[in-house]
Amino acid sequence: MPQGFIFGIIRAPLVILGVVSLTFLLLHAAPGSPASHLLGPTASAADLAMVERSLGLDQPLGEQYVRWIGQAVQGRFGISIATGRPALRIIAEAWPATVILVGLSILLGHLFGIGVAAIQATTRRRGVDRFWSVVSVVLAALPGYWLAFVLVMVFTYTLRWLPAFGAAGIDSDFLSPGDRLVDRLTHLAMPLATLTLIGIGTTARYARGTLKRVGQDPYLMVARAKGLGPLRVLVWHHLRNGLVPVVALLGLSLPALFSGAVFVEGVFAWPGVGSVLIHAVQARDYPVVMAAATVSAIMVVLGSVLAEAALHRVDPRTRP
Amino acid sequence: MTKSGRLGLVVLGLFAAAAIFAPWLVPVGPADTTDILLTRFLPPGATDDLGIFHLFGTDRLGRDVWSRLVFGARISLMVALAATAGAVGVGITIGGLSALSPRPVATLLLGITDFALALPRVVILLLLAALWQPSAGLVVLILSLTGWMPVARLTYAETLAQLGRPYAEGSRALGAGPVRLFLTHLLPNVAPPLLAAATLGLGNAITLEAGLSFLGLGVQPPTASWGTLIASGRDTVINAPWVGLAPGIALVSVVIAATVVADGFDSTKAGPS
Repeated sequence: MPQGFIFGIIRAPLVILGVVSLTFLLLHAAPGSPASHLLGPTASAADLAMVERSLGLDQPLGEQYVRWIGQAVQGRFGISIATGRPALRIIAEAWPATVILVGLSILLGHLFGIGVAAIQATTRRRGVDRFWSVVSVVLAALPGYWLAFVLVMVFTYTLRWLPAFGAAGIDSDFLSPGDRLVDRLTHLAMPLATLTLIGIGTTARYARGTLKRVGQDPYLMVARAKGLGPLRVLVWHHLRNGLVPVVALLGLSLPALFSGAVFVEGVFAWPGVGSVLIHAVQARDYPVVMAAATVSAIMVVLGSVLAEAALHRVDPRTRP
Repeated sequence: MTKSGRLGLVVLGLFAAAAIFAPWLVPVGPADTTDILLTRFLPPGATDDLGIFHLFGTDRLGRDVWSRLVFGARISLMVALAATAGAVGVGITIGGLSALSPRPVATLLLGITDFALALPRVVILLLLAALWQPSAGLVVLILSLTGWMPVARLTYAETLAQLGRPYAEGSRALGAGPVRLFLTHLLPNVAPPLLAAATLGLGNAITLEAGLSFLGLGVQPPTASWGTLIASGRDTVINAPWVGLAPGIALVSVVIAATVVADGFDSTKAGPS
């Protein structure tokens, strides 16, 4: 096992602890309390005090923090104040949706983005290169929430092809397995397209630069001179070397990818961690916000560690 | 500067000019309404009963979309500029300090930068914006405090590279202290990549500001910002798509312009010039 992987494993809990502590501090420092959201504006001061006492919110902040950490490391995240359900169960139901959405969009965005960059780096026609440059700049500049708006306008309201909200239709439980799959896929189409299109733009812009830099290296000329076909040279020699920085960027951009997913989940009411987080923050649902922050921090950090391990694998020079 | 970079500068300049001269460019104020039933949802290019020309149509209260767009540019561009200036200021300070400080301080500062980079930015933004009373000032503060890390990393790396150059050594030999050395000699030499990073950051800041306002967590209606305009267009997407399309196209144009300007700075630096 590479040494960097172990280093990452030591650093990862520190980052997670940092994110969680910052969230805790911000959450409790902010005005408003879950008690007033639970009881509404007509609640008396005595009632509020009683609910805060039963939730343990009248304790000193330091004590609440230590107690929360102590329980969280045992996997206990408490009960949602707004809904009364276990906070961990709410997150457990939400995170597969986020992982599917973000994972697929990373995969497709990199596949097509690298494809576009490969066309640009190998074409001899300047016009082709320029065309894809314009396309990728525009795609990378699109804000997710606005692209989502345009897609909904075209595919839901004008063409009436795709549903705009949620992950499944209300009749989904009564459909045959085949129809249910179609239902799921049509619901996935627009959120996924939004994140993927933006991902294609950013990946293509970055990969084009790195592929062009490698493109002039003599070893490629050698590969061509010894009679390898253009596709073989591209896949086995050009991409293999030129995509190392793309792998490096993947680890660094994971937090941004999850962040972008929060907006898109919000717009499409996609039932992932982002949607849960938005609702929980608005309701001051402390246990759910903390659980959501912990889980997204773990997902981001785990992804970064894996991306780092992948980088060490493809580029021996980065091994410490 | 490349040709497309110059084109980007022109586009940015046009938007800035539109924002500055907004009151002279519009037929009616951004919040003016007359007879709402008669003037609402007019399509782009329509002229209403009072003879007022609506370039981009009107929204559901009969307000002129073009007018709201250029007045919204004032808020959106100001917030983004201020946030970028804040982020670049903090970034240069932290980056410069870590390049010129003794080892332990540098390690600490770089550690803090790495940690801040690992935070999911929008999650922190959401928390901060949802928990406090939203306002333009808060958005500037939040965007500055969550956007300085790339500039700090860049300043650190570029300053270290410049420190090895003979001119830096010479200036030191002549008795320049680290602060003087950094401000008068190193900073001008690391400026091009910093400018590129700042322009990219500007595009990001505009997008994020609009995103927060779109979720109702940034600039509050009835003040027009591009985010609140897009959000209000979302409600009328069926019968009046232009309400949300116009500010979105403006936003995308500014971000594209910022991107090609940043590319231009970068290629200036790399090229033989």
